[in-house]
Amino acid sequence: MTVLSMKNLGVAVAEQQILHGVDLEVASGEVHAVMGPNGAGKSTLSNAIMGKAGYQITSGSLELDGQDLSTLPTWARAQAGLFLAMQYPTEVPGVSVRETLELALAERSSQEIDVQSRLLEEAEKIGLANELLERALNVDMSGGEKKRNETAQLAVLDPQIAVLDELDSGLDIDALRACAERIEGMTEQGLGVLCITHYHRLLDYLPADHVHILVGGRIVESGGPELAVELEAEGYSRFIESDDESEGVSVAIGGRSQQTSSSISEADDPFADPLA
Amino acid sequence: MTSIGTTLFEAPDWTGIGGSPEHIERRKDAEERASRLGLPSFEEELWRYTPIDELDLSKYKLLLPGGPVLDSGLTDGIDKEAAAVIDVVNGKISAVSTFDESISVHSTGDKLENAIGSVVSPDFDFFADCNLAYNTAPVFVEIAPNSVVTSPILIRHHTSFENLAWFPRVFVHAGENSEATVIEHQSSTDVDALVCPVIEINVAQAARLKYLTVQEHGANIWQIATQVANVGRDAHVSLNQVALGGAYARARIDTKMMGQGSSSSTTAVYFGRQKAKHDFRTFQKHEAPHSNSNLLFKGVVDDESRAIYSGLIRIESDAGDVNAYQTNRTLKLSDEAWAESVPNLEIENNDVKCSHASAVGPIDEEQKFYLESRGVPADIAEALVVKGFFADVLEALPSSLVSEAVNLRIEELLALDLELSRR
Repeated sequence: MTVLSMKNLGVAVAEQQILHGVDLEVASGEVHAVMGPNGAGKSTLSNAIMGKAGYQITSGSLELDGQDLSTLPTWARAQAGLFLAMQYPTEVPGVSVRETLELALAERSSQEIDVQSRLLEEAEKIGLANELLERALNVDMSGGEKKRNETAQLAVLDPQIAVLDELDSGLDIDALRACAERIEGMTEQGLGVLCITHYHRLLDYLPADHVHILVGGRIVESGGPELAVELEAEGYSRFIESDDESEGVSVAIGGRSQQTSSSISEADDPFADPLA
Repeated sequence: MTSIGTTLFEAPDWTGIGGSPEHIERRKDAEERASRLGLPSFEEELWRYTPIDELDLSKYKLLLPGGPVLDSGLTDGIDKEAAAVIDVVNGKISAVSTFDESISVHSTGDKLENAIGSVVSPDFDFFADCNLAYNTAPVFVEIAPNSVVTSPILIRHHTSFENLAWFPRVFVHAGENSEATVIEHQSSTDVDALVCPVIEINVAQAARLKYLTVQEHGANIWQIATQVANVGRDAHVSLNQVALGGAYARARIDTKMMGQGSSSSTTAVYFGRQKAKHDFRTFQKHEAPHSNSNLLFKGVVDDESRAIYSGLIRIESDAGDVNAYQTNRTLKLSDEAWAESVPNLEIENNDVKCSHASAVGPIDEEQKFYLESRGVPADIAEALVVKGFFADVLEALPSSLVSEAVNLRIEELLALDLELSRR
């Protein structure tokens, strides 16, 4: 059993406090969804967990099985068992997914893993075209291809805890289903998931055990899957009333609540602009 | 035979200067001009940021020791598949073999003498004049009109003699509608020597010539190279540089689009370690309409190395419908490393598309973060990002053997090979 634990986690970016004391615990096999409107601090949370430069922990703790992660470089956090599926996977010209994973796995253990066969296997499962595995990382790939690629890497690397940063953004419904169901399968093998998302639709295929609402850098409510359903119907407006954050954040949230009050079928449209 | 070789250099037992009486006369003129000009100063724009004031000519001697090519280095294996192999060592031609009847190679004679100086004109600069005066083993390579030479022509310039000054000279003429690839390999042992090649390239109408220079000099070599290509009507030249060695390694590279519809592609990959200094000066000159030029340079400065790039796109008033692009990107991998990149445009015509981009900076942190987030250790992630940075230029080299060899060398330079073999 592995536990990723945050206690009173505060994070600042460029000296601006974004997260104000987040408490979360994700254990093996669990799926935790962190939902929130634009500007709530969702991506800050994922970047801070992974130790991206510029994301400064200002208070509290971040631990994996009791080990302090806050002083570890990004790669050591990954080696300790974390994985971050990025919202916008970075293009890395001239570097293949295979060599990346080979180098990562070689660092973890001396046991030889046939990365290429594993990648082909995973690509098959999630409908990622084989020729994309030959390409440089994320170069000339569509949004959906990038997310499938992230999912294939996640499956081959087989971490303890995966942080999924807006896995559903830019994904059509087929790709979403394929990626989410593959990850759901991994949770049955013990993968713990922290799933950061704006929308409910990802949770249709990757059901969450726990749902947390992040607004203004704070978790304002936690509950079971029913909370996500409630959110789908009512939007974030209920949580914003208690929010005393800056006006800029409120304005953005106001826009969101208008959209979510429209019909559910429209909100489910995979081609809808998530930033509209 | 002649008094040449005594005004600028010490020249004991110097008997190397050959050619017809007219040619000897031209050499004397060149030497006189060079003596009058003297070494350039770093106050001149074309020599800004260079260590030219540290060059002590009295350290070097004009000699003709000759010898064999000691190491095939990054062009290993090319000789076995080459259409021609020309070895020039320490100022002497040591071997010439041609395996394709479309290629002719001359080291003396009227053809050679008439060609020399027709692309890089006398009075080009001090070092080109020195070359005109003191070149001892000129090589003229002619590719017959309408011929397609599929295997590369390999020219190896090797230096292995302490305190030698020598002046390789190559003239390549690609006949009308011909196609060929030349690979020039400049290598040396760890001697302290001065090598100043002048490469003249003439690409006749509708011809396609690729010229790849692989420079892997030892750490004590001063190299001051000049390469000029005249590109005829509807012809294309591709000039590619791989520059990995030398104490101070300079290459001036000019492409002149002289005929309408002519085009050029100029690329470079350079990598500086320790105290190496790389210096590139490029000119893309458009003298004819409907012409295109594209330049992409990528380099790394590590340790205490330095790199200078300056480039000029010049478009003449009667050259309309022109596209000209220029990009130099330098990655700075250490705090002590230094690089300068200076792009320039001179445009006398309105009907042109031009761009220049120039950047000196650290490696891309987003890319590094991405690789690290998979679990790739920080130092390896950084090396992968650098290797990937070079990928597009390396893939476009006209020899896959060389691009693979250079890729491996870059991995060694990044110490990535150790990490890979550790697995």
